[in-house]
Amino acid sequence: MKVTLKIWRQPDAQTKGAMHTYDLDGVSSDMSFLEMLDVLNEDLIAKGEDPVAFDSDCREGICGMCGLMINGQAHGPEVTTTCQLHMRSFKDGDEIVIEPWRADAFPVIKDLVVDRGAFDRMIQAGGFISVNTGSAPEAHSVPVPRDDAIRAFNVATCIGCGACVAACPNGSASLFMGAKITHLGELPQGQPERDSRVVGMVSQHDAEGFGGCTNIGECTAACPKEIPLDVISQLNRDLQTALRHGH
Amino acid sequence: MTDMPDTTLTGDPSHDAPGEPADDAAGYYTPGDPIRDTKAPEGPIADRWQTRKFEARLVNPSNRRKLDVIIVGTGLAGGAAAATLGEAGYNVKSFCYQDSPRRAHSIAAQGGINAAKNYKEDGDSVHRLFYDTVKGGDYRSRESNVYRLAEVSTNIIDQCVAQGVPFAREYGGLLDNRSFGGVQVSRTFYARGQTGQQLLIGAYQAMERQVAAGTVEQFTRHEMLELIVVDGKARGIVARDMVTGEIQTHLADVVVLASGGYGNVFFLSTNAMGSNVTASWRAHRKGAYMANPCYTQIHPTCIPVTGSHQSKLTLMSESLRNDGRIWVPKKQADCEKDPRDIPEEDRDYYLERIYPSFGNLVPRDIASRAAKNVCDEGRGVGPAVEGVRRGVYLDFSAAIERLGRDGIEEKYDNLFDMYARITGENPYEVPMRIYPAVHYVMGGLWVDYDLQSSIPGLFVTGEANFSDHGANRLGASALMQGLADGYFVLPHTIRDYLADGPFEKIDESHPAVVEARAAVEDRVAHFLNTKGTRSVDSYHRELGNIMWEYCGMERTEDGLKKAIDLIRTLKDDFWRNVKVLGTADSLNQSLEKAGRVADFLELGELMCIDALNRRESCGGHFRGESQTDDGEALRHDDHFAYVAAWEFAGDGEPPVLHKEDLVYTAIEMKQRSYK
Repeated sequence: MKVTLKIWRQPDAQTKGAMHTYDLDGVSSDMSFLEMLDVLNEDLIAKGEDPVAFDSDCREGICGMCGLMINGQAHGPEVTTTCQLHMRSFKDGDEIVIEPWRADAFPVIKDLVVDRGAFDRMIQAGGFISVNTGSAPEAHSVPVPRDDAIRAFNVATCIGCGACVAACPNGSASLFMGAKITHLGELPQGQPERDSRVVGMVSQHDAEGFGGCTNIGECTAACPKEIPLDVISQLNRDLQTALRHGH
Repeated sequence: MTDMPDTTLTGDPSHDAPGEPADDAAGYYTPGDPIRDTKAPEGPIADRWQTRKFEARLVNPSNRRKLDVIIVGTGLAGGAAAATLGEAGYNVKSFCYQDSPRRAHSIAAQGGINAAKNYKEDGDSVHRLFYDTVKGGDYRSRESNVYRLAEVSTNIIDQCVAQGVPFAREYGGLLDNRSFGGVQVSRTFYARGQTGQQLLIGAYQAMERQVAAGTVEQFTRHEMLELIVVDGKARGIVARDMVTGEIQTHLADVVVLASGGYGNVFFLSTNAMGSNVTASWRAHRKGAYMANPCYTQIHPTCIPVTGSHQSKLTLMSESLRNDGRIWVPKKQADCEKDPRDIPEEDRDYYLERIYPSFGNLVPRDIASRAAKNVCDEGRGVGPAVEGVRRGVYLDFSAAIERLGRDGIEEKYDNLFDMYARITGENPYEVPMRIYPAVHYVMGGLWVDYDLQSSIPGLFVTGEANFSDHGANRLGASALMQGLADGYFVLPHTIRDYLADGPFEKIDESHPAVVEARAAVEDRVAHFLNTKGTRSVDSYHRELGNIMWEYCGMERTEDGLKKAIDLIRTLKDDFWRNVKVLGTADSLNQSLEKAGRVADFLELGELMCIDALNRRESCGGHFRGESQTDDGEALRHDDHFAYVAAWEFAGDGEPPVLHKEDLVYTAIEMKQRSYK
């Protein structure tokens, strides 16, 4: 099939970008979306034009490196990562608009590549359990109720792709943060640092320039791992508790 | 699936190769002196690690902050080491090419992690895990290293649970275990089908904690392009900032490579797009021996290739083989038919036919090779790519009848969804199609018991080293090895080396540093100035085809010699005709790939030479010339019970082969059989 691609091109963070249009023929419905872009890039290289820069690594939906706004939707029309989106979700003659994640806290590096270093810094601000290597007690010394372990796992599946931020009209990272607060907060091992964790992460979130949450829910709709919106409720509850404790 | 049953062929399996071994690789290499590991203590195998930990010298806590450690790679091995050495108070610099340490490819491991906890009281023990791993490796690993791996496996689970890794649990709140890959005990810990992700996030968070504490400095989107060796010791790296293009020098007292495997030499593999050999290969060219590079694990249950646009292959957990039945049509004429229209009597359940006692659960290498054979016969299914149908059916219809659709959903739902998403077919209705793909490499840089390479001060951990898996790796053991090396082994062995530090300060004007930087700058300039006609990817794809054809599931003398010629021609053309656009001082993904493919081309040649030299079949390495009368792998312990450690001798010079004899004191060597 044949598609028309409108792609954001921006040489670097300092230079202003613009949309460019490319016609691409011979696209097979079995191709993944990123393989379609690989084909475009091979064409561009053959013509002596700079290929489109975009991030991807595992291409099996787990590393969180890829992420594009496709026709205005984070990761495109299916509930999955960009790398797991296939061209069978489009039809012959479609026009496809491709942009980078749009958020103040995710500056563009080049074309479709953005800087998500803010997520690492939020984890550094408290998204961990302090236990030095070798000091851990025997694994069976602390039983964890199965339902708690399942809930912790379900939200720990967050891949840190940033789709939640890109989808949010406010550019908030509350879903990302709530997933980590809930993952560690559900487990007995996470209790000692529960207050300091939420205060640290929220402070860093705000310092990075992410917006506030107004419960719109676009984040959870865009999340390829279907992290539920109630992790933000838990985040808010934990923050209130921590503040009440004098943090 | 690589566990070995306790069946032993009688007699000497090497009886058909008396006298001197054939020297297939004569002319392609230079014989060198033997090498051996000098670090593992003598004495009973169960005492060696305790002894070594005691003998390894300590570093005074106040001196640790004066010692600089570079770690390349942030997967399980690198992330765990960065966290642990940071906690100990060393000055750590951590490098990764991704935009965050959390994206390293350990994240994609699905199945689980082995540990000899014996929580099921089913007869597991450190010794049994050790035994299974050596046997699974087809007696080509170093026994003291493997014993230690089994020994520290239990600590890993304790550590991960304390970090908040949400392993699967039973109703009583205790950890669940499953049996994995056909082993007879349940020792695999798991977090649904995302165990690698959860373990990596644990290590990542521990490392980020140290970043906040100021002991670890992280360099994301940085790629190591050269090793700096001063007076015979590894003293730093040259790295390129992939955003600005700046070439940087980072100096240290010790360098750790935790940069993963090189499966992408095949172009198509289950590895991440960016996984590469450059860090290891640059070290190899500076004197680090590369051991057993031909040992490749090819995984039987991957989604087949659909066309020439394919960029990577996707693995599906081999747990699918517990309930799915593998078959192809008996007649070529049926290969285009809808499989549901092919009657039972016209189907060939070839694994069940050839291996009646193990059936669909034979080890990975056997299942993979059998699939290749039936497709080579023209009985493959699915779309033809370049004229051949490369796929076999994995059929769940009998299991759905037995367990109901709900039963299958409960066990495999996420895998069925993934298959449907990628192929557009519903596996509840139509049999899945699978084909083998390159998944893991057992070969890697040679290390001693301390995980130190042949360059003093260069340590290598995780998949990047060769030491623990021999010629084949057991399921759920890659995660175990990465974390064992990173959390519990390296932090002890590295201190013995660092006890002599801090080493004499060097600065950027040192001739070795100047030379290393110049080498990187010259390469970058060369790629951009060549202005040839072929894209980097086109070379990579062609190399991959050569490797897959001649150095894949079955290798022969003629094929390997042909591959070496083809690779040399391709390499020559690459350096003269590659087309890399853009500039050096910006994000330039073609430039990054060019450097990686240049190194893959050299590695590919060495892999073929190693495979050519090893005229035996062992583990994942099958030589056509070394098989039993009924086509099974035949090992030759009298000639090849050694590690082949290759030394770089200069461009265009044949590599030098150093042999490390493998001696087993705690285990008896056996030939495997699955009939």
